[in-house]
Amino acid sequence: MVSLGPVESAVREALAEVTDPELPVLTIEDLGVLRDVTVDQDGRVEVTITPTYSGCPAMDVIRGDVERVLAGHGWDNAVVRTVLSPAWTTGWMSDEGRRKLAEFGIAPPGPVAVDLVRCPRCGSAETRLVSRFGSTPCKALRACRRCLEPFEHFKPL
Amino acid sequence: MSAGAALAADLFAYALRLGDDALVLAQRLTEWSSRAPALEEDIALSNIALDLLGQARALLTYAGETEGAGRSEDDLAYLRSEREFTNCQLVEQPNGDFAVTMARQLFFSAYQLALYRRLAASADATLAGVAAKGVKEVAYHADHAGGWVVRLGDGTAESHRRMAAAVEQMWPFTHELFEADELTGRLAGAGVGVEPSELATEWEEHVEGVLSEATLQGPPQSGESAGWRPAGGRRGVHTEHLGYLLAEMQHLHRSHPGAQW
Repeated sequence: MVSLGPVESAVREALAEVTDPELPVLTIEDLGVLRDVTVDQDGRVEVTITPTYSGCPAMDVIRGDVERVLAGHGWDNAVVRTVLSPAWTTGWMSDEGRRKLAEFGIAPPGPVAVDLVRCPRCGSAETRLVSRFGSTPCKALRACRRCLEPFEHFKPL
Repeated sequence: MSAGAALAADLFAYALRLGDDALVLAQRLTEWSSRAPALEEDIALSNIALDLLGQARALLTYAGETEGAGRSEDDLAYLRSEREFTNCQLVEQPNGDFAVTMARQLFFSAYQLALYRRLAASADATLAGVAAKGVKEVAYHADHAGGWVVRLGDGTAESHRRMAAAVEQMWPFTHELFEADELTGRLAGAGVGVEPSELATEWEEHVEGVLSEATLQGPPQSGESAGWRPAGGRRGVHTEHLGYLLAEMQHLHRSHPGAQW
């Protein structure tokens, strides 16, 4: 792990204000969408982000939010770069991100077992898939067989 | 032309093919928005369209870069005419009933899945990146379409009849997916592209597995579509349906150049 310079750390701290517009409890760092922060010798900041899904419409908003937040902290020449490789997977989501998702009522992607999805409300493992596709590309619709509540699941990718 | 310029020209043409496939099918699928048989399905079809649109954006942006003439993804999507589109004819076919949409999706997603799996190892970093990103999305599309083909094929007499008719109607357009030409030969030789004929076995196993579970037949043995092998999409020759699709997709951009949301 390369240690971060003071400016990189300050930029990362500032970027904690940028959340996913469709999952407002998660910062882009929690989600693993924030890939890198570099500062060149002239002090120019470059932020690298990666989409969760190829067509994720949140990317344009996130790019704008990063520029706006950094400008607010005085880095008004920041460049935001989007990369596809290595491809984002749910493995990039932090444990903190998974915990926040569950608290928000969205079943987080499991680290291993794909079929075992617990109801974020009652905790039952007896849940069923309603549809592989939900309100955003990254989520599926499920329902709990015990408490009968429908819920969203951040699907493993 | 130098070797580098020749490769760039090939990359432009290849990225355009891949991008046009994704773009045209995305446009077709959005025609279902607010019209699908159930809310969940409406959302599913729009999500599949969105994934494909994202892939198309990356591919058309890359096509524009390799061309080096300053064309953006929007220029390529909105300012080319029908004969300049090099998508396969399968993706431009009208939605028909829900069974036709699902047959078309299964056939295309199974093809795209086999293609992206291989393309993820391309010597071209951008194509490899797009494919590695898209391959898991496409696996969801193929599962979704396959699930419906099984449910409808192995459903009621009426759903079986319509699913069988849809498979028969879409099948002739699948032949074109596996046709090689000079471009694919050169790019496969350079380790950049994939020879389409290499995908046939994996595709057949995938599709035949679904069809057999759905109690459906594979390629039509008789009737008007047996032996019919339409092709030409890669050379810009299309069925009559693409022009109408492009008219709807491009109208706003062409009527109001530079318009922004």
